[in-house]
Amino acid sequence: MTGSVSGRAWVFGDDIDTDLLAPGLYMKGGLETLAAHCLEAVRPDFAGQVATGDVVVAGRNFGIGSSREQAAQALKHLGCGAVLARSFGGIFYRNALNCGLYCLTLPGDATIFDGDRVTVDPVSGTIRDDTSARTWTTDPLPDHLVAMVEAGGLVPHLKRKLAVKAESASE
Amino acid sequence: MTAPVPTRASTLAEKIIARASGREAVRPGEIVTARVDLAMMHDSGGPRRVAPILEELGARVWDPDRVLVVTDHYVPAVDAESARILDLTRKWVREAGVRRFHDMRGICHVVAQEGGHLRPGMFVVGGDSHSPTGGAVGAFMFGVGATDMAGVLATGETWIRVPGTIRIVWTGALADGVCAKDMMLAACARLGMGGGDYQVVEYAGDTIEALSHPERMTLCNMAAELGAQTGIVAPDATTAAFLRKAGVDDIETAWCVTDPNADLLAEHVFSADDLGPQVAAPHSPANAADVGEYAGEAIDQAYIGACTGAKLEDLHMAARVLKGRQVASGTRLLVAPASTAATATAAADGTLAALTEAGAILMPTGCGACAGYGAGVLAAGETCIASTARNFKGRMGDPASRVFLGSPFTVAASAIEGRIADPRPFLEGASS
Repeated sequence: MTGSVSGRAWVFGDDIDTDLLAPGLYMKGGLETLAAHCLEAVRPDFAGQVATGDVVVAGRNFGIGSSREQAAQALKHLGCGAVLARSFGGIFYRNALNCGLYCLTLPGDATIFDGDRVTVDPVSGTIRDDTSARTWTTDPLPDHLVAMVEAGGLVPHLKRKLAVKAESASE
Repeated sequence: MTAPVPTRASTLAEKIIARASGREAVRPGEIVTARVDLAMMHDSGGPRRVAPILEELGARVWDPDRVLVVTDHYVPAVDAESARILDLTRKWVREAGVRRFHDMRGICHVVAQEGGHLRPGMFVVGGDSHSPTGGAVGAFMFGVGATDMAGVLATGETWIRVPGTIRIVWTGALADGVCAKDMMLAACARLGMGGGDYQVVEYAGDTIEALSHPERMTLCNMAAELGAQTGIVAPDATTAAFLRKAGVDDIETAWCVTDPNADLLAEHVFSADDLGPQVAAPHSPANAADVGEYAGEAIDQAYIGACTGAKLEDLHMAARVLKGRQVASGTRLLVAPASTAATATAAADGTLAALTEAGAILMPTGCGACAGYGAGVLAAGETCIASTARNFKGRMGDPASRVFLGSPFTVAASAIEGRIADPRPFLEGASS
């Protein structure tokens, strides 16, 4: 499955803001330092234990607040494969996709518990809780956005597109 | 700005997006590509983040005259790293040929308007979430991250999903000691941080018509706290007077209105007559209630600062409360004016004297402690009341500190009492 993400669910509540994701105190340093403090104010063990492919599950207004792109980059840097939330802050949502991090809306009837194994397919919009063996459907991402996220975000995606253009021009 | 010819009843935001995207009209939900009239960046999210992306893409700035850069986050430098960021910013501005550059002159959202860079009908992106402040002049201005900004700088364009318009109507007269900040905290409490739904919030009604320009800036600024893409106020004589002072005089505003029969997503009506001072408890602006709910809460620090709450008019509010009084012992009051122009006027008109004689500590102009970047951050267990926009956990320092939000009036009154306090008794008998 293109873009399929599978990992442990880390469950958070409503209003996980950009200061929790990328604390201002560490914004001066590099992404490595910043990511080590990602979400520590609400979940001190998160940054140390989150593994590649893990899925952040949250309530309303995930990523509300600042336009700092590092909020999405910190999650991506730690290996997080997707964020599922009831709703997203508008700037964060756009930043996340630009940085190569999947964001999908969590349907109202979905119940995922912390520690569950979750598989997300952004192309079909399928969210499966492998622990409880329940499946839900959400709005899928359009193909061009999946392609962008798969490329690693907008910049690598644009570079690839520009390279293809240059190649076809030289033919 | 040339007036578009609307082919359907449109909101002000839709008209601006239609013009910027070269269409006769746009509908909410449509995705269009729009030409950017101005791109604003600061030292934190600006050159240090976009330059490497532009380099990777092999792209140059599409039009240096349409780029505005302001240093406000890491000013003045406090260590080698912040000095390096500022140095990089200055060098990039020179190399890119950007002439609209304000170095340590104030916070970008305030400087952009004082400096006459914004005008009604413009389509503007800002590399900061409080970019909606630009809506006070009747521009459509919204915040973007560094990657989106790099895309704008490389092409002069960006894509946008046309937002619908939510109208927030205020009617009636504000009592003395109650201001735009209280209006926004009340709106956050009623509608929540998701209430703006990444749509446009347009402020209207007789209360808004009577508001000064800086107060309208506060309304639009905090559209961010409603989760809106931006906020906007239709420009009028108040806007024109402000812009003329900023050196902008050839403005055309007749088309900058929402048509009477345009479709709105929602309309929320608030009464200014019934509004008292509001205070938001940690850790969300939506935790707002009448000041009486939190009155008596002991504070360690009172902070008047940020794009939201340290413009000249905000300093005037604080000075009215503090004049001839003293900050409580055991409490510190920090004041970081939002621009050097505000500082200069406040020095000339006696405002700074009123503040400093009361015991206020004058801080450098800039974003300061609001987002935890500058001086004045909090220790674990400390409590602050601030005239800023956000009180997220850990934003102003240690994650175990607490920040309440209030108007400059309320922050000043609380500094005097050493506890959260209603400012109205301090204004009785005082002239405005």
